[in-house]
Amino acid sequence: MLNIVKKSPYETSSLSSCLKYIKKGDVILFTEDGIYAVKKGGMFEKHVSDASQTCSIYYLSPDTEARGIKSDEIISLAKPVDYQGFVDLAIDSPKSITW
Amino acid sequence: MKFGILVKESPYNFQAFDSAYNFVIAAIKKGHEITGIFFYDDAVYAANKYLDPPQGERNIRLYMDDLKSKGVRLVVCVAAGKRRGLTNDTVSGSAEISGLGQLLELSIESDRLITF
Repeated sequence: MLNIVKKSPYETSSLSSCLKYIKKGDVILFTEDGIYAVKKGGMFEKHVSDASQTCSIYYLSPDTEARGIKSDEIISLAKPVDYQGFVDLAIDSPKSITW
Repeated sequence: MKFGILVKESPYNFQAFDSAYNFVIAAIKKGHEITGIFFYDDAVYAANKYLDPPQGERNIRLYMDDLKSKGVRLVVCVAAGKRRGLTNDTVSGSAEISGLGQLLELSIESDRLITF
């Protein structure tokens, strides 16, 4: 399952809902304001790091760049993808859910 | 691979429309097929033919026309549209008004349905 988290974890419960439902082997992709979850030193670093034990974590780099966040400000366990990479992730998982 | 796209959020409050647009362009570039984009809830605001933002501003209508010119079917939910004053008279020439059944068709026809 591809989990697309697009809402800021500081504003909505998207991330916490997602983390409640993920299964081993799932993929989480942070996009739009969701990318604030993978910012180094943020409140959600630990949550994402725990999830990375069982899931692969990606973020949409055009969305971090649009928000002035550089790649060295992102937690290292999250891997960057561009829109083409987003398409590939959508192909790799038979189903997706947007939180 | 065939992708169906569902957009639910207003193009003036959220990034959903732009994200969907960028995803569709990337998928087409990679040789994939887009079975259609279904506009639901506040996303239907993108399909008003009278959209006329100041020059130099992001113009949703041009993005819609661009998608149409690339052969992407743009479907607007009739109920969501009617609630927001969108009718056959006000809908953009690039889009078509249809029922929620079209979303079901889209998800059946597509290998993947991605929600924005």
